[in-house]
This record gives sequence, C-alpha cells and structure tokens, in this order.
Amino acid sequence: MRFQGLRHAAMLGFVAAFAAGPAAAKTISVSATTPDANEKLQEALILAEPGDVVELGAGVWKLTDGLSLDVANVTLRGAGTGEGGSILDFAGQQGAGEGLLVTSDDVFLTEFAVLNTKGDGIKSKGADRIVYHKLRVEWTAGPRATNGAYGIYPVESSDVLIDSVYVRGASDAGIYVGQSKNIVVRESIATENVAGIEIENSYDADVHDNVANRNTGGILVFDLPSLPMQGGHNVRVFSNVVSDNSVPNFAPKGNIVASVPTGTGVLIMANRNVEIFDNVFDQNGTANVMIVGYRYEHKDPKYQPLPRAIVVRGNQHGKAGYAPAFPGGAEIAAAFGGTIPPVLWDGAGDAIILDKVGVLSLNLPDVATPQSQAKPSPADLSKGTPPAALPTIKLPEAMEAKVR
Amino acid sequence: MRRAFAALAAALLCAGVAVAVPLAGVSQEVIDSDAMPPKLSAFGLFRGNDPKMPSTGVGYTLRAPLFSDYTDKYRFISIPMGKNAKILADGVIDFPVGTVLVKSFGWSDVNDGRPVETRLLIRRAGGWTALPYIWDADGKDATLALGGRRVPVSFKSPDGETHSIRYAVPNKNQCKECHSLNGEIVPIGPKVRNFILDPAASSQLRGLYFDNPAALKPTMPQWDDPKSGSVADRARAYLDVNCAHCHNPGGSASNSGLFLRWTDDPTGVNFGLGKRPTAAGRGSGGMDFAIAPGDPDHSFLIYRLESTDPGIAMPEVGRSTVHKEGAALLRQWIAEMPKASH
Repeated sequence: MRFQGLRHAAMLGFVAAFAAGPAAAKTISVSATTPDANEKLQEALILAEPGDVVELGAGVWKLTDGLSLDVANVTLRGAGTGEGGSILDFAGQQGAGEGLLVTSDDVFLTEFAVLNTKGDGIKSKGADRIVYHKLRVEWTAGPRATNGAYGIYPVESSDVLIDSVYVRGASDAGIYVGQSKNIVVRESIATENVAGIEIENSYDADVHDNVANRNTGGILVFDLPSLPMQGGHNVRVFSNVVSDNSVPNFAPKGNIVASVPTGTGVLIMANRNVEIFDNVFDQNGTANVMIVGYRYEHKDPKYQPLPRAIVVRGNQHGKAGYAPAFPGGAEIAAAFGGTIPPVLWDGAGDAIILDKVGVLSLNLPDVATPQSQAKPSPADLSKGTPPAALPTIKLPEAMEAKVR
Repeated sequence: MRRAFAALAAALLCAGVAVAVPLAGVSQEVIDSDAMPPKLSAFGLFRGNDPKMPSTGVGYTLRAPLFSDYTDKYRFISIPMGKNAKILADGVIDFPVGTVLVKSFGWSDVNDGRPVETRLLIRRAGGWTALPYIWDADGKDATLALGGRRVPVSFKSPDGETHSIRYAVPNKNQCKECHSLNGEIVPIGPKVRNFILDPAASSQLRGLYFDNPAALKPTMPQWDDPKSGSVADRARAYLDVNCAHCHNPGGSASNSGLFLRWTDDPTGVNFGLGKRPTAAGRGSGGMDFAIAPGDPDHSFLIYRLESTDPGIAMPEVGRSTVHKEGAALLRQWIAEMPKASH
C-alpha cells in the first residue's frame, strides 16, 4: 500500500508538470563538457517545447551518435562556427545516417559547426520553413570518397532558407535541396565538394550571391526519374561567383554526381524554366554552363528527361573549356584549337543563350543516342523569345526575421 | 544460457495467459496520462518489477521480426478493461487508447538472460508515444533513457560467432524515425499479415482483446522457414518488416522512391530493380543499382545490409551487427532473379 501511495504521488508530480500548460519559451543550455554530452544534448532536443531555444555551449563536442530534433519552432543556437564556437565533432560517430536530423517545422539552426560525419551533415525532412543560418559543415581532410554525401540536406520541405553557410568536402553535394518547394540559397560558400550546390527535383528556387569554387561542379540543377516528386522547374541561379571548379570528381560511382565532369560551372540536367544570369564565371575547365538531358535508361513514363526553357543571360565569362573532362572532350577541344566554348549543350531540349560567348552543341537531341555519337558544332541559341522572367522567391516574413 | 532465456520467454507468455484480467498493479492512470515516468515500475506492467512476470496482457510474436543485433524480443500487449482492438479491413490492428505494447530486448548470454532494455509504445489520447527504458544494473527496475544510450555487450549469434558491440538503445526520436507514418507514430510489427498471438491464449482472452479474433491469421511466410514460402516471398516478408517501415511513401525514407512493403509491386523500379542511387552517397558502394537482378554482388541493397559503417549501413538505426542470415536470404532472392537484358 505504501508503495502504491508513493507511486501515485510521483505520478501526480508528472501530471502537475504537464497540467501547467505550455510554459513561456525558455532557453535550455547544454555544455560541451557535460559528462554524457551526447545523451544530454539529445535529451534537451527531445524535451524542448515549441518556442524554446536549445543553446549549444562553446567548445568541441565529441559525439558518437546522430542527433535529432522533432519539436516544432525550436531554435538550435551555438556560439559560432569557428574557433571558440560550438563544434559538433562526429569523427567518432557510431550510428545514424547523419549528424543532425530535423523532422519538425519552423526550426532555426544557427551559429554552430558539424564536422566529419560518417553520412550526411545536417538533414531536414518534411521540415517546412526551416532556416539554416551561419553554419559550417565540413569534412576537414578535404575531398575524399570516404566523406559523407551531403553537407546541408533539406528534403521534402516547403519554404527552405539556407543563408551564410560554409560547406566543404561533401562527396556528393555540399548544399543539396531535394524534392522541395520555395527555396532560397544565398550568401553561402561551397568549396571542395563534388557538387557545390544542387537543387534536385524541386520547384521555385533562388540560388544567389553564393560562392561555388573549387568543387567538381559548382551549381547543379537536376531532375531525376522514379522519385515521388519530379518535374523540377522555376529555378533562378544568379549573382553567384562560380570559379575554379577543378577538384577531380571523388563521388562514389553509381551516384548521379559521379558523372559530373571536373571543371563544370553550372550544370542543368532536365528541368524546365531555369534562368542563369548575372553570375561571374571563371576557370571552369569543362564549361561555365552546361545544359543536358537525362541520358540514362529509365522506366518512368511520367518523367521528362529534356531541359526546356533554359535562359542564360548577362553572365561574365572568364576562362573556360580548356580541359573538357567528358568522354571525347579532349579530342573536341583539339579540333576547336585547344579550348571549347564556355557554354556546352548536348542538343537535347531547348535553351536561349544570350551571353555573347560561343556555344558548343553535341547535336544529340534524342537522349537515347549515346554520347559517343556526338557531332559537335558551334550553335547559335540567341534567337527566339525568352519566356517571361520568373518572379523572386518570397519566403514567409517570420523566416527572414530570424536572420536579421 | 539460451535455454534459460527461452524459459523466460515461455514464462512470460504463460504469465500473459494466466492474467487475462489486469491485476491491480497496472497503473492505467499513468498509461493514459502524458507522463514520461523516470522509472518503468511506475506503469506497474510487471509483477514485482520482474521482466519475466507481466502483470497483465497477452504475449505475441511475429512471422518476420525486425532484426535488432540478434536480440531476443519478448512482446506483450496490455489493453485496458472494457476496450478491444479492432481488426481493420486492410489488416491494420487498431488498438484502443490505453493500449501498451511492451517489448523487452536481451540476449540469453548477457546479464544472465535478463533484458537490457524495455520499450513501451503507448496509445494515448493524442496518439502513440514511444518510451525507451534501460534496466538498472541491479535488475530491479528500468530507467527512462529519452536520449538513448550505448550499452557495451558481448554475445554469441546463432552461428556461434562472438560479437562485442556498443548496442544502441534508441532515443525517443529514433523510435519515431522507424515507427513513423505521415509524421505520426504507429506500431510496425502488429499487422494481421505478420502477427501471431500467443497460441496458448484462451478464446476468452482473445475475445476480450480483439473484436474479431478469427481474423488474426498471418499471411506472410516466416522469413527463415523455407517450408512457409518461396525464397522470393520470404525475402519480401523480410523487407516488409526490416525496411518498409521507412521505405514507404509515408515513411522516413519516402524521398528515396524505394518502397518495400509486402503490398508493393516487387517487379518495379520502385522495389529497387534497376533503381539508381538517389541520396545514397557512400551507400552506393560504387554500384549502379539497388538491385541488379541476378547479381547480388552488384546490388547495393546487399552492400548496405552487410555494412555497419553509419555512412553506408541500412537500416540507419537499430543495428550494429550484420544480420548474416537475413542478408543471405536476400542474396539468394536476387541471385535467382533473371538477369536484366542489357
């Protein structure tokens, strides 16, 4: 009886705690030096309530297991991404496919670093209105095939803001947005990844004022078959610096980015209504801009493999095309006097190129034709009327307010 | 040791049968509240907090269980008096509010066969809640581990190999990662196609617990019993339980486009045949297809099942060892497929 009574009292304690209703937003601080820091931080992320801030203490966190957040409207804030900041070090990671997984809406991630995860860095899935701000995701040994795939990886989300992040070393894409809608990627740096920034199977994206340099490919806009969301469209890539994307491709074979030629600036594969403008291109040995169809076999009757309504205008073109790294590229370059033009099109779909630079077409309008049958020739794609300009992406004001 | 653990299981099942009516010990108030009690004993689900002695409920097993590092699992269900589970037309078992699914995990050669952890899946008014408890060193009670924990253990798998691993008790969110359907927590195993109620359960108890106990007829083969189905059917049963909780259009891996439910078309690209990697990263192992028919060595589904590297391994949580027997079944299944004509 006595035991029962005690238990009852303990239970009442819990009931009282919950009966108090939603408390005012609070800050939960966790220290990097807490014993069992991994477990304590994960507990804080579980016990946080909407509106709360979970504060990551300064220092290096040695983490063995991936973290996850499933509470809406929580801020995860550290003390910075560099020395003296909040550094989540996953070099000793034993489990989970990523360093941090977010599955709730209205989350704000800011001012911390995620290093050397075994899989992806930070993933958010079905997490609407997520804001990634002032983060560093890095594989510190630089390009290696053993690095994780994606650095920052929102997927299946509406309203995504990635602002002022730094990503280095991803063996797939540094910043990867997949199967999402209404996206802004801005003022970020992607370097020494296979793909710097990639927008895949997504609708309505602005990628602007970023630096994509020293990747294999700088900025990719892809659409792939047999996925729940496809038909990628309405993507603007503008005012970026896309330079020296010269890192040899180090993606594990089989992945689509393993086919990206070293020295690619911007690459559009399939998709419709993509605008590439006001970017600064330089030192991209294969091409500054490449526009291609999806040329692999597939069995998806709904899939549209051609790039359509692609517009390229107002870009500055530095040196390009001096080391074309696709099969047959060297021979074509030799035939063209050592370099190929800075814009490369496989001849599939349609594009309007208004930049005053040369365009090389491989004249392969049918994506079923193997690339070995390319008949390269200069092309003039400046004729025709461009489609109406795409509108600027507007994110909910509450998201913009978080980064002001 | 293994026999001792089997005896524990038998005791647990018998105990379930013996107590058709919940004993006074069960704290339905705690079950029905929003509480996350720090100690498992607060639920009163065991007599004297002895994991061998449920104070209520009925035991069950599964035709194909989720592999969890070769743990033996002891499962029972507690349904409050006066309520029952409805068996829906699509084979889903709809448990009433107040239900607790109790699953204890252990090895016969660890802790003298006592479980390492007990996970509760509780149907509360607001939906299912998952709570992980780790048994204390003295074995007298178990403590809530919301943040999960790694527990060093050493055990022998059925082939006699010794494994020393840091076994991962999942955190509360990881429970949901697997038990998630369209963002809500749901049970994985207890579906009619996979569910075996303790055969010793009396018809009276069956009638108390289920609206239509006659409908409890599992249709999936037993994954490791060749007499119960073809290699392909047993492989599909294995995939259904071990993969499809995430790999379905409403699950945690919806974006992969790889859907492995018992009900999915097993010949289609979305079942992995000729499917190129989507977001696999290192998980592709340098291979082009999840399943290359006729060629398990070039099927990265196998590569991921046979890895324990967190950047490669599937499932992503709940496994620190390779399930050799499961992988062997899937290898055989893929090897027996006609090779693709290219």
